[in-house]
Parts: sequence; structure tokens; C-alpha cells
Amino acid sequence: MEIKREDIIHLAGLSNISLEEGEIEGLTKDLQSIIRYISQLDELNTDDVEPTYQVFEMENVWREDEVLPQDASREELLALTKEEKDNQIKVPKVL
Amino acid sequence: MRIASKEVSAVSLVKEALRKAHEFEDYHVFISMNEEAALAQAAEIDAKIARGEKVGRLAGVPFALKDNYLSPDGETTAGAHMLQGLTSPITATVVEKLKAEGAIAIGRTNMDAFAHGSSTENSYFGPTLNSADRERVAGGSSGGSAVAVALGIVEFATGSDTGGSIRQPASFNGIYGLKPTYGATSRYGVVAMASSTDCMGFFTKTPEDMDLLMSITAGQDPKDLTTLPDYYNSSEVKKVKRVGIIKDFDNEVVDADIRKALKEKCELLESKGYEIVKIEMPTLKYALAVYYIIQPAEVASNLSRYDGVRYGFRSKDSKDLDGLYENTRDEGFMPENKRRIMIGNFVLSSGFYDAYFLKAAKARTLIIKEYEKAFSECDFILTPVSPNPAFRLGEKVDDPVAMYLEDLMSVSLNLAGVPGLAIPAGKNAAGLPIGLQLVGPRRSDKSLIEFSKELAK
Repeated sequence: MEIKREDIIHLAGLSNISLEEGEIEGLTKDLQSIIRYISQLDELNTDDVEPTYQVFEMENVWREDEVLPQDASREELLALTKEEKDNQIKVPKVL
Repeated sequence: MRIASKEVSAVSLVKEALRKAHEFEDYHVFISMNEEAALAQAAEIDAKIARGEKVGRLAGVPFALKDNYLSPDGETTAGAHMLQGLTSPITATVVEKLKAEGAIAIGRTNMDAFAHGSSTENSYFGPTLNSADRERVAGGSSGGSAVAVALGIVEFATGSDTGGSIRQPASFNGIYGLKPTYGATSRYGVVAMASSTDCMGFFTKTPEDMDLLMSITAGQDPKDLTTLPDYYNSSEVKKVKRVGIIKDFDNEVVDADIRKALKEKCELLESKGYEIVKIEMPTLKYALAVYYIIQPAEVASNLSRYDGVRYGFRSKDSKDLDGLYENTRDEGFMPENKRRIMIGNFVLSSGFYDAYFLKAAKARTLIIKEYEKAFSECDFILTPVSPNPAFRLGEKVDDPVAMYLEDLMSVSLNLAGVPGLAIPAGKNAAGLPIGLQLVGPRRSDKSLIEFSKELAK
């Protein structure tokens, strides 16, 4: 398939990235060549094959439903943010 | 242990490592150093020994941390502008285990941002230089860690291998690099890339050191539910008879010197009485395409958490919350991060999911079955790590597909969850290190390390 400028803008939207004008052309070219490469999978017959999403051999690793000691405190975590007010993380307006 | 027997003090070892780190500053191995804390930890170990107290198996051994392992003793940037300023209160389980045995982290090594790359050129902080030729790349993404060990700055370094990020830089610098079985070591506290293929492993100069590090770090971690119960320390070393070589990897795609090195190692094994068998794995040629669908899909999901709100970089002066997210992600990510996130969202988006993501997940099953069949025909497989030795800085950085092709022979192991050990296999005429990789079935890590001694002559 052919990747167009609109596709890049759409994907940037899905990715929550505000591309600058200068980035769009390069990304169009790069994504086109990557998609061309991965499209070679079309040749491979995968009829009646079950998909694999993970290679961990165990299933249902259970543990007791209990509160475990945490590695980081609320204060330590809040100290990582750029802006904090009244024990909350401050961000620009939402609406 | 040399330190416990008072032959040498921990402080003198750490000072020597720091001296070398400064001597080799031009190679750009480290993103940040941990000098004061390292010296203080060394003094503590020396004091313990002086008091006759028991010390760990790695007491006073200086090491380097790939900059995607969280620990409170410095900023963890993962090579990315996005995480600059993040000093995490959390310690990665692997780091905790190494420190509990007395190992001392002297600094954090350079890497492609978020481990996206095969040369360390995608680091926000600039590339690391190859240990054998300063005009060439270190390999990646764990390039800084590989060069730190190859130059002898530290005894060992941590790495992470999602598609070859330990094995390829190990081979570019002539040292050992292990990607363990998926789930052998904990992923807790390491910046996530692609969760179904991420593996935590090491760079060393000897198989013996690799064995010691695995015996310390392998095992189940309640903080990572995809860790296997410790099989490493109860493994019996397998009696090896047959070593397989993959027909498809013996062609002109692979550099002539690497093929020659492979042939020589096969002859060496035959002279020692091992049987070399040619195996066919026809689906492996699709492994790279499968990987560059599944991995970006997982990357897009894992990297959606970086929004500038809770930690790390935050773009200034955004009008509203959506703007904050979008600007932070535009300014905080490297071009390769953006490519992978966007490809990931492409293969996952409606209309393309079946053709790409689901197709790749099915192909992954075929690759796993192919490995199972291969290991019914031989005990281990010996292959090149990458198609070529270290390439020149700048050679592939503007061509993402050319850079991806570096991972051609390494990614299938991650898709199948099997272990691979990069081993040094001499140098080419230009003096560039050549590496090969030994591949085994799941949980064969210990036997793999043991068998690599046979290949060292």
C-alpha cells in the first residue's frame, strides 16, 4: 500500500505526537519503506495457524490477594513531576 | 575472590575502573557516572572484610549499568531526552541482586533512546564509538555496555536484548553477550520496550563470569509475573553431540569473513568429535518482518505512558492537556522512537490489524515450531549474530530498513523465547571483531554457556 501525507498525520494523531511540518515528508518516506519491507509476510501461508502473543511457558501465576509493601512512596513519586500543588500533579487545563 | 583474600582492595579496584572510564572518555561509553557512591560502597566492603564479615560473590567488582535499569543512585534516561531528570525511587530486581552480592555500579552506559536501534547512534546523547575502531559504531542498542567491557573499564555490564541488543554489540566488540531464555531474569525496573521479547542479560569477557552472573540473577521475581522459577542453578549440563548450522544463513547476505569464522568453528568442533548438521529453517527469513510488526506494536503500547505528566521531560507552554501530551512526545522522542510508535499504531489500527499484527502473531507460531523441530535434529545451533562486522558511523542512520537488517539473524530468538550467547570468533583483516551466536532450546542457558568453552579453543 502507498503511504500518503494524510496517513502520517492520522498516525501521528493516534500516537499523540504533534509533528512539525518538516518531519512529515521524511516520515512518509521512512514508513513507506518499512511497510514495504514488512509486507513481505504476505507470501507466507499462515492458514490454520494459531497466533502466539507471548512465549512465557506458565499460565495463571497466582498470588495471595494482599497489599504488599510498595517500592516507592506517594511523596517520592510526586517529587518526580514537574509541577505539584496540594499533593496533586498539576497540568494545563483539560477542557 | 581476590578482594575477600585481601589481595586487592575494593576501593583500589573501583578507583582503577574510574580512572579507565576517564581515560576512554572519547568513546562516549557513559551517560552518567556514579563516582562518589561507588567509592563509598567500595570503602564499606573493605571495612566489612577488615572486620572479618562475610561479603558477597561480587564483592567490590565494578560494573556498568545500561541506562535503562532503574536505581536511585542516578538518573535513568534510557538514552532519551524524554526521561532526563528522572531519578527513580525504584531499583530493578537484577540490580538489587547484583548489589546484594557486593557489585558496584560505577556509571550508566549509553544506548539508543528507549533501546530503539542497532548502533547507539539513536541516543539523545550522541553515539558510542567501537572499541576496535573509533570510526565505527559500537552496535546497539546496548553499545555503551559492550564497549565498557571490551575496553576493560569494568568486569561486566548489564544489557537488555529485545531483538539483538546484547548479542550484536557484543559481537561488534569481541566479547560475550547473553540473551537468556525469556523469563529467566526479571524485567522489573527496566524501562520496557517490547514486553513479549525483552530479556535482561550481560556482557562479560569469559563464559565463567557469565555463568556466575546468571547464577546470581536468574529466578522467579514476585514483581515480574513472567519470570520462571530458578531452573538455572539446578540445570544439569547437557551432553552435546550435534551442532546445527542454518543453510539459509550461509549465503552472500553474510560477510565473507563471518562465514569463514563460522566454517572454522565448525571444523574445530568436528575435530573435537562433534557432529555438524545442516538444518533447514525456511520461515526464519520472515522473522525480521514479523519482529518489525510485533515489536513496534508493543513499543507503541509501552511508550504511550510517556506524556510529560508524572516524570521526566515536560514540554513548556502548552495551552491544554492534549497539547502537553503531543508537544512533550514530539520534543521528547527521537525520530526512531516516533517511527516505531507510528508503525506500531499502524499495524494495530482497524483495517490493518489482521493483515499485519495477527498475521505476524501467526508467523511467530511457525517460527517457534521451526525451532522445536531444529532442536529435535541438533542440540545447539551456531549462526552469525549479524550479517556484517561493525559498520561506519553514519552509514545506516538515515535508512531505517538498512538498520533493521542488522537484526536479521538475532530477532528470531526473541520471538521464540530461546536463549542465545554471542561469542568472540576472531577478527577480520581490518582488525574488527567477529562474533557468532550459540542458540539453544528454552532453559538451556547454563549448558549453552558451558558449551561455549569448547569454541574458545
